Amino acid sequence: MTTTIQTAAGTAQTMVLNMGPQHPSTHGVLRVLLELDGEIVVKAEPVIGYLHTGIEKNCEAKTYSQAITLTDRLDYLAPLSNNLCYCLAVEKLLGLEIPKRAQYIRVLLTELTRIASHLVWVGTHAIDLGAMSVFLYSFREREEIMKIFEFVSGQRMMTSYFRIGGLALEPPPGWLDRVGRVVDALPGHIDEYEDLLTTNRIWLGRTQGIGILSAADAIAMGASGPMLRGSGVAYDVRKAFPYSSYDEFDFQVHTQAAGDCFARYQVRMAEIRESIKIVRQAMNKIPAEGPIHAVAPGIVPPSREEMKTSIEGLIYHFKIFTEGFAPPPGEVYQVIESPRGELGFFVASDGSAKPYRVKVRAPSFINLQSLSKLAEGRLIADVVACIGTTDIVLGEVDR
Amino acid sequence: MESDSTDKNPVVHKLREWDAPAVAEVIEFRGETTVVIPGEHLLRAAEFLASEPSLRFSFLSDITTVDRFPLEPRFEVNYHLVSLDRRERLRLKVRLGGSDPMVHSVIPVWPTANWHERENFDLFGIRFEGHPDLRRILMPDDWEGHPLRKDYPVEGYR
Repeated sequence: MTTTIQTAAGTAQTMVLNMGPQHPSTHGVLRVLLELDGEIVVKAEPVIGYLHTGIEKNCEAKTYSQAITLTDRLDYLAPLSNNLCYCLAVEKLLGLEIPKRAQYIRVLLTELTRIASHLVWVGTHAIDLGAMSVFLYSFREREEIMKIFEFVSGQRMMTSYFRIGGLALEPPPGWLDRVGRVVDALPGHIDEYEDLLTTNRIWLGRTQGIGILSAADAIAMGASGPMLRGSGVAYDVRKAFPYSSYDEFDFQVHTQAAGDCFARYQVRMAEIRESIKIVRQAMNKIPAEGPIHAVAPGIVPPSREEMKTSIEGLIYHFKIFTEGFAPPPGEVYQVIESPRGELGFFVASDGSAKPYRVKVRAPSFINLQSLSKLAEGRLIADVVACIGTTDIVLGEVDR
Repeated sequence: MESDSTDKNPVVHKLREWDAPAVAEVIEFRGETTVVIPGEHLLRAAEFLASEPSLRFSFLSDITTVDRFPLEPRFEVNYHLVSLDRRERLRLKVRLGGSDPMVHSVIPVWPTANWHERENFDLFGIRFEGHPDLRRILMPDDWEGHPLRKDYPVEGYR
């Protein structure tokens, strides 16, 4: 790729440098061009596209169900959130009603995803700023959550567990006990990280007053999730536009007014604790038995037994897996609160069995746009903290 | 998709009151309201929707294009707006012809549109008039063609 940076100052005193890679998610896939005056950043310009794999184009060649596997690969730290948003969008297109049991299981698993994603974030952000031990601890706890995903869906990361009309399969017996053990241990571990960081003078020095984004700027730049709430705007899709029965859960939307890196850190730590609360509520709400699929023959595959014993079941099974199903023509836009912010899927149908257009509104992509605002006028070392707290996943930025 | 001209949605009603020719069509589907706006009215309508005190669509969630090739007008550019405190969503749609798809940039109203518009330029070849830095963003700078167009070749050697 040819390099063209329009220098802000345009004088011989400034120097253009490539930043990084210093963050675990940026190796070879994010390039930040810095124009420097000494150690001061005059201009910071993210250059993206290195991980562009054409997922949106690819979706147009798949049936609605097949496209779910592609959504895993967008934000690979929160595959279940992507699954959920895509499934909700297609279900909206079809006008499907999902049974409560499946909705609660979806809520529980996406909240675990949020915790796992924030744990990766706090670990990698800490390692960026030189606090090695938090990284080791937080990955230990995250692994326990990944084990739950593997237990339930068969996969640690590329889960594809939510399907159009419900879930892929019944969760295995005893899974809630494992979830219970993990969330019982978590609050203690979060205290541990906070002991290591929240009052740590070096941590405060590296994050307080660094990378300030005002509330007005955050809204104007389209920032969402902890980026927006760290700037004092109490906007959370789970509260503002509830989906999957989130209106039945009791939780707080945490905000911090400062808008700096420390504020975003505080918001994410508070969100982990809120998510633990939601997981506990969901554990109590999930009925022991009940349907996990909508009643939608021709869309939801019939059970194995039905397929083997009834002719209708066999026909539906064959049709679903050979030609798929065709939603009515129309366009829908579904948003959810992913760990990184407002995740949106725009799905347009032309009445055929394949989506006519799928567009992903990736929160990281939009949040990254604010990086110039955060970093300009600061020191090079602060750029590290700024990239860290925007919490980008390049799979989602480049799609 | 059914069209509805009775203005059940108060936002549509306000838009019509403000300037009737700016509303070409209203589509209600699955609880979502889409207002089709002629391209020349887009920037004015955007300013009105964002600044009118009773509407406050201050947050632009997304801009995306649908290519209806070989139909004309070929491109539909969709703007997804959010009013954060009123908890309301709205989609604006602008239809553009295939020969020289161009619409005015909405950066003056929502600065976040910068990267969205660059993406739509990159993948669909829509040009945004008044954009300060309309370059490719996902594809390499020397790439030929716009991959998300429906007539873009997906097989064979280039």
